[in-house]
Amino acid sequence: MSVRVGVVTFPGSLDDRDAARAVHIAGGQAVALWHGDDDLRNVDAVILPGGFSYGDYLRCGAIARFAPVMRTIIERASAGMPLLGICNGFQILCESQLLPGALTRNDSLHFICRDQRLRIENTSSAWTSGFINGQEIVIPLKNGEGGYLADERTLDALEAEGRVVARYLEVNPNGSRRDIAGITNERGNVVGLMPHPEHAVESLTGPSIDGIPFFTSVLKSLVSP
Amino acid sequence: MSIDTVAAAQVSPEQPQPFAELGLKPDEYQQIRDILHRRPTSSELAMYSVMWSEHCSYKSSKVHLRQFGEKVPKTDALLVGIGENAGVVDIGSGWAVTFKVESHNHPSYVEPYQGAATGIGGIVRDIMSMGARPLAVMDPLRFGPADAPDTGRVLPGIVAGIGGYGNCLGLPNIGGEIVFDSSYLGNPLVNALCVGAMKHEDIHLASAKGVGNLVVLYGARTGGDGIGGVSVLASETFSEGGPTKRPSVQVGDPFMEKLLIEATLEVLRAGLVEGIQDLGGAGISCATSELASNGEGGMHVWLDRVLLRDATLSPEEILMSESQERMCAIVRPDRLPEFMERCAKWDVEAVVIGEVNASGRLTVDWHGERIVDVPPRTVAHEGPVYERPFHRPPWQDALQADTTDHLERPVTGPELRETLLVMVAAPNLASKSWVTSQYDRYVQGNTVLAQPADAGMIRIDEATGLGVAIATDCNGRFAKLDPYAGAQLALAEAYRNVAASGATPLAVTNCLNFGSPEDPEVMWQFAEATRGLADGCLLLGTPVTGGNVSFYNQTGAIAILPTPVVGVLGVIADVATRTSMAWTGAGDRIYLLGDTNDEFGGSEWANHVHGHLGGLPPRVDLDRERALAEVLVAGSTSGSFVAAHDVSDGGVAQVLVEMALRAGTGATVMVPAALEPFVFMFAESTARAVVVVSPSAAGRLVDLCGQKGVPLVEIGVVSAAPELDFADLFCVSLDDLRREHERTLPELFG
Repeated sequence: MSVRVGVVTFPGSLDDRDAARAVHIAGGQAVALWHGDDDLRNVDAVILPGGFSYGDYLRCGAIARFAPVMRTIIERASAGMPLLGICNGFQILCESQLLPGALTRNDSLHFICRDQRLRIENTSSAWTSGFINGQEIVIPLKNGEGGYLADERTLDALEAEGRVVARYLEVNPNGSRRDIAGITNERGNVVGLMPHPEHAVESLTGPSIDGIPFFTSVLKSLVSP
Repeated sequence: MSIDTVAAAQVSPEQPQPFAELGLKPDEYQQIRDILHRRPTSSELAMYSVMWSEHCSYKSSKVHLRQFGEKVPKTDALLVGIGENAGVVDIGSGWAVTFKVESHNHPSYVEPYQGAATGIGGIVRDIMSMGARPLAVMDPLRFGPADAPDTGRVLPGIVAGIGGYGNCLGLPNIGGEIVFDSSYLGNPLVNALCVGAMKHEDIHLASAKGVGNLVVLYGARTGGDGIGGVSVLASETFSEGGPTKRPSVQVGDPFMEKLLIEATLEVLRAGLVEGIQDLGGAGISCATSELASNGEGGMHVWLDRVLLRDATLSPEEILMSESQERMCAIVRPDRLPEFMERCAKWDVEAVVIGEVNASGRLTVDWHGERIVDVPPRTVAHEGPVYERPFHRPPWQDALQADTTDHLERPVTGPELRETLLVMVAAPNLASKSWVTSQYDRYVQGNTVLAQPADAGMIRIDEATGLGVAIATDCNGRFAKLDPYAGAQLALAEAYRNVAASGATPLAVTNCLNFGSPEDPEVMWQFAEATRGLADGCLLLGTPVTGGNVSFYNQTGAIAILPTPVVGVLGVIADVATRTSMAWTGAGDRIYLLGDTNDEFGGSEWANHVHGHLGGLPPRVDLDRERALAEVLVAGSTSGSFVAAHDVSDGGVAQVLVEMALRAGTGATVMVPAALEPFVFMFAESTARAVVVVSPSAAGRLVDLCGQKGVPLVEIGVVSAAPELDFADLFCVSLDDLRREHERTLPELFG
């Protein structure tokens, strides 16, 4: 039986089908989850995809955090279920306080879409165990509010505990503190990532296939925990 | 607030009406009175005035646009032709594709962000109203001089609006154009193209069929925005004491549009819809009259049921409002509950506002009083048609006689090198990534090619790799020198771009941007351009499936360059066989296909280096274009090309620079013996492409070109060195080229 990975659709989610495709390419079974339904349909892991949930009204992710489906997701993630938030999903994870800090308007004040080089710096999380430590990858980045911000103490703690999952190389595209592109929680099951691994799973449509290990990592961790 | 009713109109024939303020001519007003055998009510007057406007009725262009329907090439691909919201083309395997380009020029000048944003919103709803899922957008844009202060106001706002709206819809932006010319200062052109796909059985049309079926308005609430700048409607004539001076530019809400897309696709796929129409220009007036006119011919509307953002709106304002993110569906009564349920799932408000009947009339009531009673065809389809006078401008001969022969040309190696560095930084040739990096090109995961590729390409069917490619093009300078040839050159370039990507060109859409049709010289440009495009499409076998006309793009007596933007759609059986523009391996051989002539009229070199516009545009040869496209598609499909790139603005030099910068490796370039180096590098002769093949595939390329009658010449070899070495002339590093090519837009716009 293949691993079931839920992909949540909020009103305004855009990359939900892409996340489902990535799960499928990695060998898992993608399960559509609806924001208004608190039933997680027996999934083993969940992805909060990119987009503009609820039109980014109020603040990115601020309304989605209160969706019925998030109640169950927060509960399960607190108990160890792997949970990946990509872009808007990362914003929702910060709003839900599953991850520290916040994502703010890009320092350029422009939306930016580019092929971004990253260095993977944590290979023990549920979503990054398939990488080699220090591995450099190129995946798309596309956001208007992707500047990672936290107070110095939190940033120091993230660094000290090895919870910076990925860092921007060559260009810091959005003014993120300490070039942070993604982080994880203490337990390593919840990961927030600003760039989009689900858009780098086919050489035909992506700049690379460097995004695949994020999805194979979680499938592997669930089969042989 | 007193309401003008049909009954009141019958007994007050002499009441003065503000038809002139609403843009109607006295004879047009009389025509309405003749149709109704009485004076129109104020609501009827509102409906006729917006529906008979140039924008909605095509009254000045209709007689010329007819050619697109008359000169139709033999093709089985056309499933739905001109006249519907958008044309539909068969791409095989049961798939159909619909695409269309439309203008949003004037609103974008007044309010760049919202104007451009709602331009995207409108074209996306057009595509949806055919039953298709929107898949991608592109934006052909024209601005005044890049360094003009007003361009600094308009361009960043328009780009942010396109990004801000399009990025929220989850539609990749896969291409378009950005062109600068002083004629567009005060008249920027913001054209928006959308492409969508559906299975054949899902094609829907805008018609109100089935007596007893219900008219459902769903989406955003109706507000006072976008009431055509017709402030007279908010004056005491219609609603004493009501709010005055409505904003005439619509305000977009992309989140609402995204929900509208998902809700619409759900109700279409569930078979809950008999007919469907988007609400764009002329709002409810347009949707109800067109649906009724295309269907049983009768419809009754309870206008007071329309959900409003502003309860003080008068019925005239409700009829004319161009509030965004609204759609109108014809639904069978027994399917209404499910329709409403699916809308509710997506938090989309819906309300039944009317019913289809067999009366042959469109009737509208406001709180029990009849305010409209008209034959719908007279509103939607039988508006005035004008044969506007036109004549060749007296200055046209002098313009064509002022050739580029006297312009000083670079000759020596250092001069050519200097010219090349100046050209790659010219605003029209410089890298556009400052703009395109603000658009999401990845969403949906089906983008195979996007800017700066020759054409945008998306995968439609993940199982088979079936996909489509689209390019839009137009050189307005060519069209000014010769509008007939200019339109064909726009067609030829878009056609060639699609073929260079490996797709077979199939169909055409257009957005004809011109000055005032009341100026006989502008009208001549329009007449010539449409004739040229229709003749060209017939010759290339690519039918026009639809399009849009935008007139009155002028400030005072100065019209914009005639700008017939042409979009060509091509099909590719498997997107994995596409050809990109980046060469790869050192040692691969570079060929130039087609003939290069000393042609500089309207070229970017004459424009940028000398500020000169005169002479004749490059010669059009559509037979050769067709043969070249056959070579490009065959070579791509069989996998024998490493890279290919169409030759157009800036000539071969620009092509080589773009291919090298994309690849990150250079080349040694040999100037063909028969050509002056300057002509080889910068001439803009048409029907040409640069193709790169491995040494082992060179023979096949030569054979293929021989079979199709396309001349070719070897012009270089890909090298491992980071430089372009124009043997015996000069050498330039890719670093220098990249720096010059990429600095222009960021320096101007931050």
